[in-house]
Amino acid sequence: MKIPITYNIRNLIARRTTTLMTALGIALTVAVLLSIFAMVEGLRSSLAATGHPLHILLMRKGATAELNSIATPEHYQIVKAKPGIARMPNGDPMVSLELVTVIIIESPDNPSGINISLRGLTTTGVAMREDVRISQGRMFTPGRREVVVGKGLARRYPKASIGSKLEFGRGEWEVVGIMDGGRSAANSEVFCDLAQLASDQNRETGLSSLLIRATDEVAMNALMNDLKEDRRLNADAVSEKSYYEQQTSSAAPIQFLGVFVAIIMAIGSCFAAMNTMYAAVARRSAEIGTLRVLGFSKLGILTSFFLESLLLSLLGGLLGCLLVLPLNNLTTGIGSFTTFSEFTFEFRITPAIMLGGMAFAAALGAIGGLLPAASAARKEILAALKQN
Amino acid sequence: MIRHLPFILKNSLRNRRRSALTIVSIAASLCLLGLLLAIYHSFYYTEATPDQAHRLITRNRVSLANPLPLSYGAQIRQVPGVEEAMIFQWFGGTYKDARDPANFFGRFAVEPKKFGKVNPDYKLPESEMQAFINERQACIVGSKTASRHNMKLGDRITIDGDIFPVKMELVLRGIYENKIDNETLFFNFEYLNESLGTTQGLRDQVSTFGLRIARPEDANAVSKAVDDMFRNSPAQTKTETEAAFGLSFLAFLGNVKLILLSICSAVTFTILLVTGNTMAMTVRERVREVGVLKTLGFTNGLVVTMLVGEAIVISLIGGGIGLLLASGGCALLRTLPSTFANFSQISLPPPVIGLCLSIAVFIGIVSSLFPAWGASRRSIVDALKYTD
Repeated sequence: MKIPITYNIRNLIARRTTTLMTALGIALTVAVLLSIFAMVEGLRSSLAATGHPLHILLMRKGATAELNSIATPEHYQIVKAKPGIARMPNGDPMVSLELVTVIIIESPDNPSGINISLRGLTTTGVAMREDVRISQGRMFTPGRREVVVGKGLARRYPKASIGSKLEFGRGEWEVVGIMDGGRSAANSEVFCDLAQLASDQNRETGLSSLLIRATDEVAMNALMNDLKEDRRLNADAVSEKSYYEQQTSSAAPIQFLGVFVAIIMAIGSCFAAMNTMYAAVARRSAEIGTLRVLGFSKLGILTSFFLESLLLSLLGGLLGCLLVLPLNNLTTGIGSFTTFSEFTFEFRITPAIMLGGMAFAAALGAIGGLLPAASAARKEILAALKQN
Repeated sequence: MIRHLPFILKNSLRNRRRSALTIVSIAASLCLLGLLLAIYHSFYYTEATPDQAHRLITRNRVSLANPLPLSYGAQIRQVPGVEEAMIFQWFGGTYKDARDPANFFGRFAVEPKKFGKVNPDYKLPESEMQAFINERQACIVGSKTASRHNMKLGDRITIDGDIFPVKMELVLRGIYENKIDNETLFFNFEYLNESLGTTQGLRDQVSTFGLRIARPEDANAVSKAVDDMFRNSPAQTKTETEAAFGLSFLAFLGNVKLILLSICSAVTFTILLVTGNTMAMTVRERVREVGVLKTLGFTNGLVVTMLVGEAIVISLIGGGIGLLLASGGCALLRTLPSTFANFSQISLPPPVIGLCLSIAVFIGIVSSLFPAWGASRRSIVDALKYTD
């Protein structure tokens, strides 16, 4: 016969201070782990949301990022004539020559400024990013020193608001709009006119990269091979999706730190849970004896105390999840050594992450509860009854 | 209190299992706290060595990815207070297999003739230095990297470029010793620059200059003089001390300070909960004993002191073990190939040890004060009647 679970729940409630303190200890451990995971998940999903599945990015051979890549107008002319490229409504091929560089934007938190990616593009380049829409103001006008900023930047940097001026190149650039790129990388970038930027930076002949849209998947593979093998280009073609996905590695140091901290904290909370459970077993010695006299088996006792420990830790896990919930959708930034600029994204606490946190808590409770439960089950009936 | 110390010690070991579990859980948490604080200390409070204090780094104001013209070197040398300015070009690239973290060590192109002047703390035999100066493809490497990869003088080392589309075929001509950086590889900038041919945007460009200044106290004035000189040039500069330069890297990774401090406080709070819980359990068991002690003439104050003393003993033992573990952790960190030079020197500095032990004492006091106070205030009759 099984000991009803209400027995355990009532016990936990009866000893509420101890229960709560132990659960809070577990909750903090879970919270540390979850907040790091929420950060990594936010970065990952944001990078995964960037890029069109049919887009190809062409960079100089050996370049690891657009920033250290070089593409020239000749490259553009060669690529434009290739087969398998999608067309704009007006018949132009969907090939966008782009210039990516880095500018500094100061904020109250970082008076010396943070590096932000600046992308110069043509109207074709803007049109190829269908997921980016202007949420406030308007798009920049070609030929003018005007920029639009990603919504992540606008939220974090007072200097990146409509009407204010950014200083780079040969003058001041006015912020005329804020763009919403869904979850994509455009949220952490600044867009401006290619020709104006190239002339400001003396880079009319040495731009960064080419973005190309293929007509379909089959054409995309053929086009990528074609581009890689063209000796005139001496370039590497990768899919835009994979280019962004590999940047998830920027979060590796923080992820490592988080997991390391959580494991050590877990050792601490696990022993704390064990302590609490041992105390519970010692205190309820007479009760255990009584239960045995009533006919509950050793296994029943073991299961009951084990379940109580699980319940305790799950309560901790739940509290931990609640503790990190306010982080959800909070905007933050992380520096990427690929782009030498900051990538803005939002913390994301998904059900899967919370489930992971609960599982982690349950594991803590299971490890912490096993020995005390076993010691409860091993008690001799008479000794248990006599014990005070 | 001293008179009662043996009593306190005996008491604290009375429930061996509970004390052991509490000690382990405090030790785990304090080990973590010690490690995190040591890392924090190494990042933000490490004193610059005398030679570091003489060094400034000049880079493009925008970012490391934006180069400076080669000609800046000669101009910087003219600034009063600057003894020498040397090209200090990050090369990056891959050594053997990029996936093995042991292969991540810094690779810089420098001017061998000026190397000794700017970096006198990199010690190597005169003959090796001469070979480094005279041979175009010569390179020198730190003893830590040399022993890790079993490199010997005369070995050929190939570094495949990523930012620079060239392959550097180097010959090892010197192995240096340096306390703060024993890992970096240095080779001749001229060799790199000539290999680049006419590659646009890379030839005759430099990411950073290393400056040797006459007097460390002039660092700010010299930095300002250098930056003012290029204020109206297309490529503005930012000059700062080596330490500040290192910190700007860290700031780029994200708000490391905030992350470290919030984890530290979560850890401290967790230990507080764990210890508080244990002490509450201990005291609850002893209420009757407190009655006996008071009958024997122990004052309320003495009872509180004894119970609090017991908690301090336990948390100090845990803290001591934790700190030992943390210093072991530091030793482990020192041997890792590190991206941050700070780790090569990491240890538990006295302020961190002091802080951790104070936290242990603080936790002992706070965790036991309330239960002890409550127990001591019970009247003798109540206490003797108390059943758990």
